[in-house]
Amino acid sequence: MIVLLLLFAAGQLPAKPAATELENVRKIRERILARQVSNKSMQPYAVTVPNTTVEYRMVPIPAGQFEMGGSKPDEQPQHQVTLDAFWMQTHEVTWDEYRLFMFAKQAGEVATKDETVDAVSRPTRPYVEMSFGMGLNGFPAISMTQHAANKYAQWLSAKTGEFYRLPTEAEWEYACRAGTSAAPAPLKEYAWYSANSEGKYQKVAVKKPNTWGLYDMLGNVMEWTLDAYAPYQSSAQTEPWVKATKPYPQSVRGGSWNDPAEQLHCASRVPSDASWKQQDPQLPKSIWYETDAQWLGFRLIRPAKVPSAEEMLKYWNSGVEHDEQ
Amino acid sequence: MEIVDPNRRGFVKSAAGSLGAALGASLISGFPAVISAQTVTNAIKVGLVGCGGRGTGAASQALHADDYAELTAVADITQSQVDNSLRTLKAISKIAPRVKVEDTKVFLGLDAYRKLIDSGVDVVLLATPPGFRPSHLAACIDANKNVFCEKPVSTDAPGIRAVLDTSEKARQKNLSLVAGFCWRYSGMIQDTFQQLLSGAIGKQVAYYATYYTNPVKPMPPASERPAGMSDTQWTLKNWYNFVAVCGDSLVEQAVHSVDKVAWAMGDQPPLSCVGVGGRTIPAEGGNIYDHFEVNYLYPNGVRAFVANRQIEGCYNENSDYILGSEGALTIGRGPAPRITGKTNWTWSGQKYDMYQREHDLLFASIRHQKPINDGKRMATSTLLAIMGRMAAYTGQEITWDMALNSQEKLFPDTIDWEGSFPMNPRAQPGVTKFV
Repeated sequence: MIVLLLLFAAGQLPAKPAATELENVRKIRERILARQVSNKSMQPYAVTVPNTTVEYRMVPIPAGQFEMGGSKPDEQPQHQVTLDAFWMQTHEVTWDEYRLFMFAKQAGEVATKDETVDAVSRPTRPYVEMSFGMGLNGFPAISMTQHAANKYAQWLSAKTGEFYRLPTEAEWEYACRAGTSAAPAPLKEYAWYSANSEGKYQKVAVKKPNTWGLYDMLGNVMEWTLDAYAPYQSSAQTEPWVKATKPYPQSVRGGSWNDPAEQLHCASRVPSDASWKQQDPQLPKSIWYETDAQWLGFRLIRPAKVPSAEEMLKYWNSGVEHDEQ
Repeated sequence: MEIVDPNRRGFVKSAAGSLGAALGASLISGFPAVISAQTVTNAIKVGLVGCGGRGTGAASQALHADDYAELTAVADITQSQVDNSLRTLKAISKIAPRVKVEDTKVFLGLDAYRKLIDSGVDVVLLATPPGFRPSHLAACIDANKNVFCEKPVSTDAPGIRAVLDTSEKARQKNLSLVAGFCWRYSGMIQDTFQQLLSGAIGKQVAYYATYYTNPVKPMPPASERPAGMSDTQWTLKNWYNFVAVCGDSLVEQAVHSVDKVAWAMGDQPPLSCVGVGGRTIPAEGGNIYDHFEVNYLYPNGVRAFVANRQIEGCYNENSDYILGSEGALTIGRGPAPRITGKTNWTWSGQKYDMYQREHDLLFASIRHQKPINDGKRMATSTLLAIMGRMAAYTGQEITWDMALNSQEKLFPDTIDWEGSFPMNPRAQPGVTKFV
């Protein structure tokens, strides 16, 4: 843990009134529907963030069923889950991508203003470098809250005209398993973890991908999901999502550079915790940064079906982003 | 330096449980300020001066540090700042019942700190912009208050001399004075400097510290100034941009790096320093620089370089590179400090919140009557940064004695709330004189 006196621009922005927010989500959805026609077939593809040279790739994840859960107590009972098709980002969101969201200037949004993009709330500007000296170009973005990841998804949706959100736990685990129950072996060829990471995160997509073309699902940085960390149900489920009702704990997946190999399993769950932002010297604590979670990142999915505006609003607003302390 | 009390909460609870015994016991003697509180409730009454984000954080930490600490008074120049602060604190369930600030104990204005000090508090948290610190600290110690004192502790040398005097008074009075130089309370950095100071890299040769960040609280356009707002009010609202109030970025922000340099050098002063600096970003008002680089010379030819920039769109870094005759120590390039060379060492351990630690130790020191006094160290670390600023502003070589004895008084003794605030033009090396 290194702590770089993480001081942020003081104060929180006032919350947007719900009606205005929904109105803007509707505009984003119109943009998505207008574009949807040209992107019907489920093929891998690359996206360049508009007005930048920053690129990321998407791979299709087929609709299907799998047995969710594992041997540890919080991975039980195992249960059957049925999911629709979606695309998933091949690699964890990098600083190259995330910094466009943090700094409107770098995304070229100061020169050419887009009101729909502009209406998405953005992180307060950190004063200090956020990679803790671990590197920016090609490295995964870290230390963001689930709220920040949600807002990134909304911002990227507005920018690109494609609907993005965090994966649910079930979607994440399904994608990690990639149609096989066998763990990737040898693990060191697929993942960065405490024994091979040299005490820091590494560039994304350097190790081998899983069968579905996803890099670093295990290791490097843990990844946010949409779900609250809650006990599993034994019944078979379709498209499950346990929506949070309180700030903690939410479910985080995949293990990180900081974890031993034993903790890198597709079924392993980690509950988010208030201590992840204990070193924020200011009060109220930021809703954007987990100042102590230098092993925490995320990647997004794009469901094949475009949801309603009301559903989008729910995906992008947990409603529990403010700490109770 | 530390008073470690692993059983802190247990101690406090038992003290409260045996209140009658505690009252007559030696627990209290020598602590006039706390006696008054303990004779009634065993509470430690806390007052907060400066209700911004950092002050509010400090108040929360104070109330988390001791189960019987209560926030009873607050002081600021802005009502909205007070309102935000109290609302934030009352939203924290663990401490909300102990946020007991009655309306009559909300003090506003430039003399609010005096009223707060006289309101019956035992501990004062000083978290205003640093120009105010020397006078606020002196008033606290005069009135026998224990103090948490945020960094930096002054913006000019006369203020530093005042803080040194005040700190000595605090020592004589057995008052605790804990400074907000938070790295000194980080277990990770304590372990690391213990390695360094016990010779893990041999003899220290050079220290290079970086503090490259984005701009902090930049000056708003002059057009945003509300009609009728006085010069003083506009200055204090945008305090970070004014050298007299803030000290400039080297003193206000990069002072954390400067403090680590001081720590590495055993808190002994350098012989001299030279520095460069300037401003490249236009600003409508204010007189601070946006970059500095200072080269300190220590005895035996040891050098320390502190580089500081606050310009958007540049390479950012906050690290320390310490080179020795037999190895190197690096902090801030990756999550854990590392030593390579004759010793190969990477920090590992249980992390904790260093901001909370400051208050845990402060309140434990009050309960245990073992005063902590960071006064001299906080003054000399701040002066080390001021000295660098003097070198950059004037373009001259500045010795430690010159800095310590400088007659340049930046922060005024009296401030006219409705009038103008004294301000030097932005410094120009070669033209600006050392005073």
